[in-house]
Amino acid sequence: MAASQLSTSKLFTAFAICGVVWAALQGYIIHSFGFVWLTSVIDAVLSAVLLAIACWLINNNLRYYQPDKESYFYLFIWCAALAIACVAGCRYILPLFNLGQVYFNFLQQSLEIRFFTTFLALGWMAMISALWYTQLDHKRTEQRKTEAEKLARDAELYNLRQQLQPHFLFNSLNSINALIGFKPELARKMIHQLSDFLRGTLKKDEQLLVPLNDELAHLNLYLEIEKVRFGHRLQTEISCDKACGEAMLPSLLLQPLVENAIKFGLYDTTDAVTISVRAEVEDQYLVIMIQNPYDPKTSRPRKGTGFGLSGVQRRLYLIFARNDLMETHANDNIFTTIIKVPQL
Amino acid sequence: MKRALIIDDEPLARMVVLEYLQDFKDQIEVLQECGDGFEGLKAIQQLQPDLVFLDVQMPKINGFEMLELVDSPPAVIFATAFDEYAIKAFEAHAVDYLLKPFSKERFNKAIEKYLAISPAAVITKNTETLLEAAAQSPAQNERIVVKTGTKVKIIAVQDVEYLQADDDYVSVVTAEGAFLKNKTMAFFEKTLDPGQFVRVHRSYIVAISQITRLDPYEKDSHLAILKSGAKIPVSKTGYVKLKQVLGI
Repeated sequence: MAASQLSTSKLFTAFAICGVVWAALQGYIIHSFGFVWLTSVIDAVLSAVLLAIACWLINNNLRYYQPDKESYFYLFIWCAALAIACVAGCRYILPLFNLGQVYFNFLQQSLEIRFFTTFLALGWMAMISALWYTQLDHKRTEQRKTEAEKLARDAELYNLRQQLQPHFLFNSLNSINALIGFKPELARKMIHQLSDFLRGTLKKDEQLLVPLNDELAHLNLYLEIEKVRFGHRLQTEISCDKACGEAMLPSLLLQPLVENAIKFGLYDTTDAVTISVRAEVEDQYLVIMIQNPYDPKTSRPRKGTGFGLSGVQRRLYLIFARNDLMETHANDNIFTTIIKVPQL
Repeated sequence: MKRALIIDDEPLARMVVLEYLQDFKDQIEVLQECGDGFEGLKAIQQLQPDLVFLDVQMPKINGFEMLELVDSPPAVIFATAFDEYAIKAFEAHAVDYLLKPFSKERFNKAIEKYLAISPAAVITKNTETLLEAAAQSPAQNERIVVKTGTKVKIIAVQDVEYLQADDDYVSVVTAEGAFLKNKTMAFFEKTLDPGQFVRVHRSYIVAISQITRLDPYEKDSHLAILKSGAKIPVSKTGYVKLKQVLGI
């Protein structure tokens, strides 16, 4: 960003120089018509100031709003209107300086040519601004893309670290250890689920978007393992119709959210807990709602590992360039996380 | 015969301990299994066991918080998955700690160690120092768990207005009222975030975010006026510390 600020200030300097040259040239031309220097300079400076204000307006306008193809026409009208305003400014302000009848006549006669030169100058300004900001925007998109790739990698690494290191893996192994004693069949099943789950987190990185069905299958492996660990205390409800199953979403997006829900659901109460995951397709969006009960009075501040919820939001932003795709609500002892994935 | 409790929220984890304990049938009797800290606390108070097998991560209140509420803590063998902060505490002070999943051999070693160092007084003291060490971990100082009558109350640290020394206890004052905790002022001064809480007086620790005004009071001392209207005496040294933290 520092580099682009530098180039912005360079651009500004270039425009300032152009403005000065423009004013000098105009002063010289008016002088060559036989007017005294004072008159020429006043005329030139006032015109240049008005033109600079108009340029600044156009430039600012384009900074926050990039015209699409149809609205280039409006840009044209904008330039024409500003040019008229500039010329009108000259027409009504210059006589106030009492520069003589001859000059006034000259001013009257030169209004048309003044309009066209101003219009031309504004048109240039608009074009350069539009190009400049489009290019800047392009650069930002590029940057976001590379960042998105990096974050997907980070997400994979995070998943690995999360799953391989701490509580989840060790506690699962401990459960298997217990099952081996009295239910060897179940122990074997759990080992397979655990391996499938870990393999899933390893290979998911390559394709960025996956169908919801795949993501849910992966999520189910995780939930099955957690259910063995927590027994009857953990229940889950997953609802997703046929159309939803085909909808696409970034891979490994749901598991951190559900993990978060389980963590706060299960550790916030001593009763049984139902975690629900509901998916539906709504106006070109795949909407997924994850709910868990929680206790607002005793809940620890939701800081977590710093990746859980905020990581998912960040990833959605980097992929879709929008910050409004994830929301959370807490009411009636239910914590809800909603994510919306645009369907392209 | 030693009497033991198993406190863990995962049923299968309790079963491992039960199974491994079969070999010590003649020395250790399991009184009860508990699925969370509340049950555990109740069972410890009622049954006064000699030994507790304890998990750290449990619903509502964790293993350390539960132990804090017990008047004279029994010997503790922790059985937990990896927890980088807690491990230091275990190494120094617990009878032993078992990292899940643990082997039969490792478990036997822990039991033998416990049986070898039985005198109860030594163990209680160990458990107390263990709690103090555990309280240094960041996860432990986000909230304070207190007993009110028979109920357990969890106070988020950001709800605390100030703490006041009260004989052998510390009174934790919040908007909901004051709660007694069997700890020392020095303990809280050490464990609470020094950027948020300052010991402004021998008998007071105050939450900086609650202070609205500092008024001069008598010679060399000040009064801190809190949002709630409470007036907290600030000693000369307390004032120096307070100025440091507030950057004035």
